[in-house]
Amino acid sequence: MKPIISVKNLSKKFQIREKLPYYSLRDSLTNLVKGFSKPSGRDSDSFWALKNVSFDVYPGEVLGIIGRNGAGKSTLLKILSQITPPTSGTATLEGRVASLLEVGTGFHPELTGRENIYLNGAILGMSRNEIKGKFDEIVDFAEIEKFLDTPVKHYSSGMYMRLAFAVAAHLEPEILLVDEVLAVGDTQFQKKCLGKMADVNKKGKTIILVSHNLDAIESMSSETLLLDTGKVKYLGKPNQAINTYQSIMETKNKDQGIIKISTNQLKWMGISNNKELLALLPNNDITFKFQLKSRMQRLGNIYIDCALFNERGENIVHTKSKFLGNGLSIEKNKRFQIVYKIESPKLAPGIYYITVYIYNQDQVLFWIENLRACRIINKTYFGNTYYFEDVKSCIVPKFSVQLEN
Amino acid sequence: MTRIVIKPKGKLQLINITEILRYRELFYIFSWRDIKVRYKQTFFGIAWALFQPLINMIIFTIFFGNLVKIPSGNLPYPLFVLIGLIFWTFFSGALTQASNSLITNENLLKKVYFPKLILPISSVITSLVDFIITLVLLFLALFFFHTSFSLELILMLLTGIIITFFSALGLGLLFSSINVKYRDVRYVLPFLIQILMFLSPVIYPVSTIKSSLKYILALNPMTGVIESVRAVISQTPVPYDILALSSLSAVCLLILGLFYFQSTERFFADIV
Repeated sequence: MKPIISVKNLSKKFQIREKLPYYSLRDSLTNLVKGFSKPSGRDSDSFWALKNVSFDVYPGEVLGIIGRNGAGKSTLLKILSQITPPTSGTATLEGRVASLLEVGTGFHPELTGRENIYLNGAILGMSRNEIKGKFDEIVDFAEIEKFLDTPVKHYSSGMYMRLAFAVAAHLEPEILLVDEVLAVGDTQFQKKCLGKMADVNKKGKTIILVSHNLDAIESMSSETLLLDTGKVKYLGKPNQAINTYQSIMETKNKDQGIIKISTNQLKWMGISNNKELLALLPNNDITFKFQLKSRMQRLGNIYIDCALFNERGENIVHTKSKFLGNGLSIEKNKRFQIVYKIESPKLAPGIYYITVYIYNQDQVLFWIENLRACRIINKTYFGNTYYFEDVKSCIVPKFSVQLEN
Repeated sequence: MTRIVIKPKGKLQLINITEILRYRELFYIFSWRDIKVRYKQTFFGIAWALFQPLINMIIFTIFFGNLVKIPSGNLPYPLFVLIGLIFWTFFSGALTQASNSLITNENLLKKVYFPKLILPISSVITSLVDFIITLVLLFLALFFFHTSFSLELILMLLTGIIITFFSALGLGLLFSSINVKYRDVRYVLPFLIQILMFLSPVIYPVSTIKSSLKYILALNPMTGVIESVRAVISQTPVPYDILALSSLSAVCLLILGLFYFQSTERFFADIV
């Protein structure tokens, strides 16, 4: 089969200038006469947002693109949407392309919902007849019937988003390029959008989807492209790409914790079981293994406190080894491991940070904060639903609901 | 099936007709949006398009017609100045809006693809719609001053519209693409328009100018337009030499504008 999108050695260079050079109308006019010679920037002032990116996408596929901020994902979509030209390389797209780089592009606050549907539809490349034909469907999807003739500046942000996505969702090009639009709206709306995109895909359309939402990438895409600093790091199975991405995130993660207190008696070596802590279910036991090394002195009667914080900085778990009994002791000049196990804490999905605090009756020996510790994935461990939806609590306990007369 | 090939540098094309046609609905949509938005939340609505030249006509008639007594040939001064004003309002409005069209739609440039040429052209179309409304004013004035109405007038008005359209678009294209990079244009433009107005025979007739300077003034396309329309209305010979020079100048402006616009277009999204 012939690829519908074929990208070959695509590169894009940006000039960074510390100080913008002085341009004047006169310079532009001289350039005009001289045949548009561009001011040449030194190569050291430039950086490659994309470097030799090549891939093929076949009809009906969904290509997910992941990568850290600044990895070149949006630049790639902008080139494929013809918004900005590449510096070198080519891309061939066989078919009509619609790109959705932002929800509500071109919406005008003074215009009514009805008027904006026509405006936005036309901007995204739909003909007037196409929009007319889908008008009711769009209004239905957005759930804004009552406010159709109200200027959108009076809309709530939720209504605005729904309307904006509804128009975009009814585009039917052969190729759809989508950038991070799922980052908006509540979970239910996001799900609706994902569902709509899956429908579009079922009709045989090809989709390129950029997202930070790894769950969405995993469930939607048939192939996943991992970009890192403008280069293709991995192209293939979604789960493999996500794993590679997470290990990049781990190694490049700068916040390896903040050491608040460190004495010459203990040396911190790090967490040793990073990988297995990346994808835990809420009901899994969590075991952290911290590596440390003792120095010249035998340490006796020490206590270890551990605390887990969620992304909002709320303290979810706080435990003290004192609760369990007497202090522990460590031989001198020895590598040792603290194994800290929390039994089935049922934490809500998210990323957790740990604080470790080691002390004896005289002094604090070691104290580290904000150490990225584990990630609980969004999967329920009971009942019929697969994902948690709209859960705002810090824990997701096992529960039952029964009716009794 | 459409096939899109994306390459580092496309060949320079003055105008890609097939592509523009594919996106033709955007002309309508952008002009419609601008007209809608312009008169939203105004009490008088689209009547403002009439007030502007009307009020200017009254002021100019009082100061230049009655006090300074600028000659106006065999036309009454109010009609004389109105002819100049409606074309001038069209030209200056179109030029201003076309020049700002790219930066006011910055968000669109960065987020969707369409031939950018559509934006300045739509701004000029929007001003054309306003102009057509002000024509009502002209016809009322013709009726009021018992001036004859002829087919020749219609043809000359059409010629005037085309020349004004081309020259406003040409300059607008040039300024809008410069504006993307140097916002200085926004500040320079009002002065430029003011100077251009005094260089155009809006409040005075070309006959007051030394004849050797006449041809230099004719390089300003508005000179030919305003003088010729006045000649037809006052039933004096049309200055075809001036009109020809003005038309030529309008075409040159359009080509210059298109050329500069198309050669910079691809990088608008990166620098806007």
